[in-house]
Amino acid sequence: MTDTSLTLAEQESRRRRRQTRRALLAPALIIILAISIMPLGITALYSFLTPGTYGGVIWEFTPDAYVQFLFERDIFDGTLQFNDSYLTIYMRSIGLAFGATIGALLIGFPTAYFIATKPREQRNFWLFLITLPFWTNLLIRTYAMLLILRDEGLINLSLMGVGVIERPLSILYTDTAVFIGLIYTYLPFMVLPLYASLEKLDFRLVEAGYDLYANRFRVLRHIIAPIAKPGIIAGCILVFIPGLGAYITPALLGGGKKLMIGNMIAIQFGSSRNWPFGSAAALILMALVVIALLIYARSVSKGARAHG
Amino acid sequence: MTSDTAKAPEDGTTRRSMISARELTKTFGQGETAVTALDNVDIDIRENEFFTLLGPSGCGKTTLLRLIAGFELPTSGLIQLDGQDITALPPHVRPVNTVFQNYALFPHMTVSENIGFGLKMLGKSSGEIEARVKQMLSLVQLEAMANRRTDQLSGGQQQRVALARALAPAPKVLLLDEPLAALDLKLRKNMQIELKSLQAETGITFIFVTHDQEEALTMSDRIAVMRDGQILQIGTPKEIYDKPTHRFVADFIGDINILEAQVEGTEGDQTRVRLKDGTTMLARSTGADTQGHCAVALRPESIRVAQAGDTPALTGQLENLVYMGSAHNLHLRLGSGEELVVRHGGSTEGLDLSPGAQIGVVIAPGGARVLA
Amino acid sequence: MADTPPLAAGATAQSTRRRMRSRDLKAMPGFKAAGWACIFALYLPLVVLVIFSFNDNRSVVKWTEFSLRWYEAAMENEGIRNAAWMSVKVALVATVFSTIAATMAALATTRTAAFRGQGLAYGIINQPLMIPEIVTAISTLSLFSLVKQLTGITGVGYLMAAHTAFCIPFAYMPIRARLEDMTLTLEQAGADLYATPWQTFRHITLPLLMPGILAGAMLAFVVSLDDVIITLMVAGPGETTLPIYILGALRRGITPEINAVSTILVGVSVLLVLVLFLVQGKMKK
Repeated sequence: MTDTSLTLAEQESRRRRRQTRRALLAPALIIILAISIMPLGITALYSFLTPGTYGGVIWEFTPDAYVQFLFERDIFDGTLQFNDSYLTIYMRSIGLAFGATIGALLIGFPTAYFIATKPREQRNFWLFLITLPFWTNLLIRTYAMLLILRDEGLINLSLMGVGVIERPLSILYTDTAVFIGLIYTYLPFMVLPLYASLEKLDFRLVEAGYDLYANRFRVLRHIIAPIAKPGIIAGCILVFIPGLGAYITPALLGGGKKLMIGNMIAIQFGSSRNWPFGSAAALILMALVVIALLIYARSVSKGARAHG
Repeated sequence: MTSDTAKAPEDGTTRRSMISARELTKTFGQGETAVTALDNVDIDIRENEFFTLLGPSGCGKTTLLRLIAGFELPTSGLIQLDGQDITALPPHVRPVNTVFQNYALFPHMTVSENIGFGLKMLGKSSGEIEARVKQMLSLVQLEAMANRRTDQLSGGQQQRVALARALAPAPKVLLLDEPLAALDLKLRKNMQIELKSLQAETGITFIFVTHDQEEALTMSDRIAVMRDGQILQIGTPKEIYDKPTHRFVADFIGDINILEAQVEGTEGDQTRVRLKDGTTMLARSTGADTQGHCAVALRPESIRVAQAGDTPALTGQLENLVYMGSAHNLHLRLGSGEELVVRHGGSTEGLDLSPGAQIGVVIAPGGARVLA
Repeated sequence: MADTPPLAAGATAQSTRRRMRSRDLKAMPGFKAAGWACIFALYLPLVVLVIFSFNDNRSVVKWTEFSLRWYEAAMENEGIRNAAWMSVKVALVATVFSTIAATMAALATTRTAAFRGQGLAYGIINQPLMIPEIVTAISTLSLFSLVKQLTGITGVGYLMAAHTAFCIPFAYMPIRARLEDMTLTLEQAGADLYATPWQTFRHITLPLLMPGILAGAMLAFVVSLDDVIITLMVAGPGETTLPIYILGALRRGITPEINAVSTILVGVSVLLVLVLFLVQGKMKK
């Protein structure tokens, strides 16, 4: 970047600024590179190694971890047989995360709209109410949800009290419980970006819609939703990705029976002592996340082009 | 009518030059997106002078100020302060202080702390700082506000704190970047007078940036009119107003009529020009190259409506009559299709001012000037 | 009113007003109810949890009487006390280091003109936010086990380092936001008034940035205090933090003691976030 048209003083000052900037960035970048990004490389490496008997790895190269993902090796003759149990866990996780995303959108959109149409001075308070649970411990929130969903929990007790049901519904330790738990956990992630885009909505556009004979539904469908689209996409991504990798929610509300990817990976590093397979599973999860992010990036750039 | 030039602009040549810039160029960005904000500017600003940089936004006046302050470094060129080369010095070692456009008062400090900040950074003793702050507070009449927080002050008061803060370290040059822009009209008028007297009192060189020509004319000892990164004309307010050497300067300062013309020949210090509608007249030469095509500049107040017995220099059809309070502005359409605005003070009695009336005008001697 | 002509029958001012309210153009049917329901659903579980932590009964279902006995029990439980101390220790160390690193990075990415590699720097700083926590957790575990094998060094430092890394983006966000709101003019005014770059930072940038730094530090503290998954994977023996303790206790069975500990932990987070919110609200004024 040496430009001969620049004075020496200018060059000197640029050089000094560049040095300062590097020095300032160094600690954060080094910490994250060393403790968060480099480990991903190690995980990739481990996924091609042989599991050690007591956890850890033995440094022998093998693609077994990835084979194991789809096939089971017969203990007697060593032939490979298709095994869909891991695939099932991934499909269930995707299904649950996707369902929770839609659920959160259906609850989150009216909520975000409701807050965005509040008087300006009240909005911050409402936003605070939405964000506060996010800052409280996820484990504790999930535990609190467990208290509610139990056979003798608040939901069953009140339903029985009113007389809708006679015996408690067994919600806990089912996919339904995990589904409810995921929505509950990640709802703030949906509301915040939705609010951010709805807050910018110029309500004169809504008035213009009514003025041009649109009814409420059509105004919502043709005016508000398109404008809120970036927020909708961002919210969906923010719910889907962590939902896909959820660990605590299925662990507590699924009761260890209804596994999701996160639990399955954790088990490989725990009781199963198969670190290479756990690493491979984590990389496959990463691949799914990257695909979701790519879809997001594409829809964002498409949106930008449509607006430009 | 040559007496108006008697006040020679050269009366300050004996004074020392405080700021000198030579071939100063500043380019922002690189390659195709590069923008030249300042283009090869030479300027000398004298000791104890109220100097104004005047021009529309984007003319480079603020860039020039920021180069003097040291917030930007020039792409090429040289700046001297009181004979010392300061081109490459960082702002904190230049004995120059700035009054920022939005004052830039430190919100986490009191009025006194703001005013004393420069002295504190210079390592002055606390006693010295205290005394100087007191002196500054009384200079801007804010003694009662010493311990207020700056956000508790009105716009005018904040302006004074900014002034006091910049003056407290007794800089050699005070830079003012449109400091009055945020004030309302009445306050602005008061501050103009105050600034001018403050400059006289302190004897510090003021460099004042504004886009408001009236402000520039009111306050300045000299004005530099800028456009597109270049200085078009430097002179006293009177010179700039009465003797613009450039069409843009004439147009930018005050109301003026500019008519396209053709040079016919010179007669003494006058030039004979032919207007587009065929009339010829004498106009004062400005020294600019006036071969062939030129323009004639006429201030509305140097033209008057022809009375009976006058020989009208120009005739036009009345299109609009605008009441201005103390005068009327008559908008005439000339035979060439150009518009001519005439300021008519006094009574309109006896004049035919019906729409479409033919009105002749007389030009005061020396009232017409030739511009390139 | 007497001399104004009467309007059409039945059109009282009151009835008109009522009709006008129902025609609030912004309102969508059911949205208001959904908003309230959403808040209700978000808080109901937590409220139940808190209420039953004060229940004088082993049951976490049937209310009998107000009591602090579970808080007393929790206080006397050495396991809980040790876990709480471990949580605070890790969170404090992670907060200090992540906030310093985040402040420096925020200064580098906002106070200078755009530079080549800026996008990459943002990407790296925010990376911990973009990867599922479980992946970060097992990756960090793999790295640390490798390092432990190679160096033989063990200790709580690993856990603290892991927390520092994932706290950086949280600390970075409010600090960067604050810096972006601060105009450069104030720092220029400082330099204009003879402050050296260091003095400008010390007397102008830092004091003005303080609310942002505090906000960043609080977020980092809360995030570290709340972490479960990474701690679960990375923590060595005897490095049990409070959330890990709670997770273990839950596996053994639900007790009101857990409610009490949980309530305390929630209380600390809520308090910190509340302070943060108030500080930022004041900052904007």
